Amino acid sequence: MKTIFEISRKDRRGAALPRPDLPRDIFEQSRIPENLRRAEPAELPEAAEVDVIRHFTNLSRLNFGVDVGPYPLGSCTMKYNPRFTEEVARLPGFANLHPLLPQLRRGGLLTQGALRVLYETEQLLCQITGMSAFTMQPMAGAHGELTGIMLMAAYHRHKGNQKTTVLVPDSAHGTNPASAAIAGYKVVTVPSKDGVMDPEAFEQKLDDKVAGVMMTNPNTLGLFNPHIKRIAQAAHEADAVMYYDGANLNAIMGYAKPADLGFDIVHLNLHKTLGTPHGGGGPGSGPVGVVERLADYLPISRVSQREDGSLFLNYDFPKSIGYIAPFYGNFGVTLKAYAYILALGGEGLKNVSRDAVLNANYLRVKLADKWQVAIDKPCMHEVVFTATDKAESFGVSALDVAKALMDEGFHPPTIYFPLVVKEALMIEPTETESKENLDAFVAAMAKIAQAAEKDPDSLHAAPRTTPVGRLDEVKAARQPDLIFRGTCPG
Amino acid sequence: MDFLPHTDQDRAQMLAELGLSSEEDLFAVIPQELRAQNWNLPSGLSEMEVMDRLKGLAEQNAHRLTCFLGAGFYDHFIPAAVDAVLRRGEFYTAYTPYQAEMSQGTLQSIYEYQTAICRLTGLDVSNASLYDGGTAMFEATMMAVRKTRRNSLIVCRSVNPIYRVMLKSYTANLHLELIEEDITDPDRLAEIVSDKTAAVILQNPDFFGRVHDFSSHFALAKDNKALSILSCNPVALGVVKSPAEMGADIAMGEGQTLGLPLSFGGPYLGYMAVREQLVRTMPGRLVGRTTDHQGRVGYCLTLQTREQHIRREKATSNICSNQALCTLAALVYLSLLGKKGLIELCQLNLAKAAYARQRLTAIPGVELVDEGPWFNEFRLSLPMDARVAVSQMIEKGMAAGFPLGRYYPEQANNLLVAVTEKRTKEEIGYLAEGLEAIL
Repeated sequence: MKTIFEISRKDRRGAALPRPDLPRDIFEQSRIPENLRRAEPAELPEAAEVDVIRHFTNLSRLNFGVDVGPYPLGSCTMKYNPRFTEEVARLPGFANLHPLLPQLRRGGLLTQGALRVLYETEQLLCQITGMSAFTMQPMAGAHGELTGIMLMAAYHRHKGNQKTTVLVPDSAHGTNPASAAIAGYKVVTVPSKDGVMDPEAFEQKLDDKVAGVMMTNPNTLGLFNPHIKRIAQAAHEADAVMYYDGANLNAIMGYAKPADLGFDIVHLNLHKTLGTPHGGGGPGSGPVGVVERLADYLPISRVSQREDGSLFLNYDFPKSIGYIAPFYGNFGVTLKAYAYILALGGEGLKNVSRDAVLNANYLRVKLADKWQVAIDKPCMHEVVFTATDKAESFGVSALDVAKALMDEGFHPPTIYFPLVVKEALMIEPTETESKENLDAFVAAMAKIAQAAEKDPDSLHAAPRTTPVGRLDEVKAARQPDLIFRGTCPG
Repeated sequence: MDFLPHTDQDRAQMLAELGLSSEEDLFAVIPQELRAQNWNLPSGLSEMEVMDRLKGLAEQNAHRLTCFLGAGFYDHFIPAAVDAVLRRGEFYTAYTPYQAEMSQGTLQSIYEYQTAICRLTGLDVSNASLYDGGTAMFEATMMAVRKTRRNSLIVCRSVNPIYRVMLKSYTANLHLELIEEDITDPDRLAEIVSDKTAAVILQNPDFFGRVHDFSSHFALAKDNKALSILSCNPVALGVVKSPAEMGADIAMGEGQTLGLPLSFGGPYLGYMAVREQLVRTMPGRLVGRTTDHQGRVGYCLTLQTREQHIRREKATSNICSNQALCTLAALVYLSLLGKKGLIELCQLNLAKAAYARQRLTAIPGVELVDEGPWFNEFRLSLPMDARVAVSQMIEKGMAAGFPLGRYYPEQANNLLVAVTEKRTKEEIGYLAEGLEAIL
């Protein structure tokens, strides 16, 4: 498809601005003086509205989203996004609200509705996780991880502890060590045993330099670590903080709470577990919850309640780590999650986890005759398979499997993650896939297994039914073409 | 209300195939003593009930106040076509385009967005977004620290104070020196820049709405081998000197003004563009254009070895999800306004702000603090505490501006007033009349 720059034609206009209601001379007087002006106008497109709408409509049709079909991307929880949450975020009372209003004198009174959304969402998240307090400021999961590590660092600083390292399991998502490193910590990896972080290895690596450990439970293999209490106890004895990566919360809502498992800090991904859309890569939201002893370090402002029930922005937390976001986080995303939680309620959220775990186990069992599961144990909301046997016997890799699935009408699972499994295929169906879709996925995978044996070249050539085939990523990295250089046609 | 497709019959069938008798068996992996002891969330509601509740809460906000509040976040007109594109489910229910063949819509849009940002800033490469202007400033700072291997930063006091608080917060544990001073005068910068300076950070238009040429500042930085970081409102780049023309190495800022509603603080859009030489230390996703094995043009994520999913603790940043849908909004907005429309938009903003200055300085006791030139925002000094003045103006149905004392204690009587193309001549008139009445 042509780029919007190639569709441009000189002097076409897509949006009309309000007619000037001021005298001509004001326009003359207010011009930026020449020495402060840019030399040439920016070469932006010139297109009529119909051109713009057609361009982006056609682009959208090149995309596969959850709205198009099953998207079992492990670790991402690609569940269906209810439409009504989009309406909620667009209500003018929220969409048109300037974030500085509550910071004016008596400004809380101007924004009680918005403050109530923040306050109640925090309370609901406390209920879901068992934590004592939350901040909605982090604007993505990785941002939540960084915030959590900063809270950990503040806690240790105030205690006068000299901690320099953070432990992560070998199955950790890349954002875990990346976040710890950005916050100034050295990262040490703990090996797994039987698919979960090995408690003995953990205890061996636990010394007085360890600030904390970042884990998720169930882990990225979809396995619940039964030793979690032992791990938490050992960590707390060494005054190390237990951090929970909430990416996998879809497995345990209503069944277990991170606080009860011994965690001190939690981040959630609203765009995963709590139904807000993924947006093609954001905007997400990664709120962070903490146990009581860490609450003083949370970012400001926080929403507090007066005796009369009214809400206000509270900055009176001298030990706070400061501002993580310019305001109150991705409020438009918070709104959608709040609406989702209200709609589902406690029972509904528990049913979500129940069906998510049912669906993943159903796939685990049904795929087992043609595909090799990485760890032969009941899983939770996601399951990891390995294509090693196909790679060794037929030269068919996890990548080939992913590309072939596209031709079958499915978005592929996550591949090559977690790193502890070779030729990994990480499958997370979520609770919003029907039995027919799951059966269709199993059938497609069976077809691919057959093709791996009988006609592997057909898989190397996949995908064939998508708008483009496999792209030359090597060329893209060696000769980066990151900006369209053609001129807009005159 | 839930969104679960399974009927009880489906579940029973599936459990039977698993050889289990009930759903509870699925959770046997969680030891009993670790199970949740209570689950006290309220019962679920229907869509109608949730909408009623949220509509009620929405109406408890003063969103109808005539908005003269800016301070980095502005009330601009957003054409309906922007949201129409964002509502396409193929765009908003997709995720990070790891599987390029199925994500060409997302990928090409990001490539076009990267191009638009480069054309606005004049720089060589743009990333696919960061969370907001403040985190973009932090990321730019870290790029400079890594590149120069120095640990001192100079930030001008006329840079958005909210971003300066964020910068302090993020760098607290990182052994960096943050020098905050008014370096609007390059002579002052010359006094304090040193061989420990990793970066000099300035903003244009600055927080007080003034328009500058920072070329000499950036030349100074360059002489000292420090990086130049310029924070700009991208709408203003329609007319003001571009970061590239001034010699900046990194341009970043808040893209909310490009078609995103105020939305009580987010989601917003952090943009970042850099010179060619810095691309490999750049945070965030990058989309590149390439071809497939049949020679068809296609797009994919590239230079991924900078990123967390490959480099983990050695990544240039931890960012994963960014603000992708917001970049789409910005791209559509810029495409609709177009090359000439953006300039016209700037002219409207400039003229309306000039008219407001005329009307407001005609009020006895009200004076301009600065000489200009300005973009669409300016400082006024009032004969009373600006917080009190604003509070009284709210009762007249207007958010008259931002009382600067909030972040600049020495400026308690100063008011920061923003005027965009949305403010009519009448509204500006009411602002002037209202202010005159209370002073």
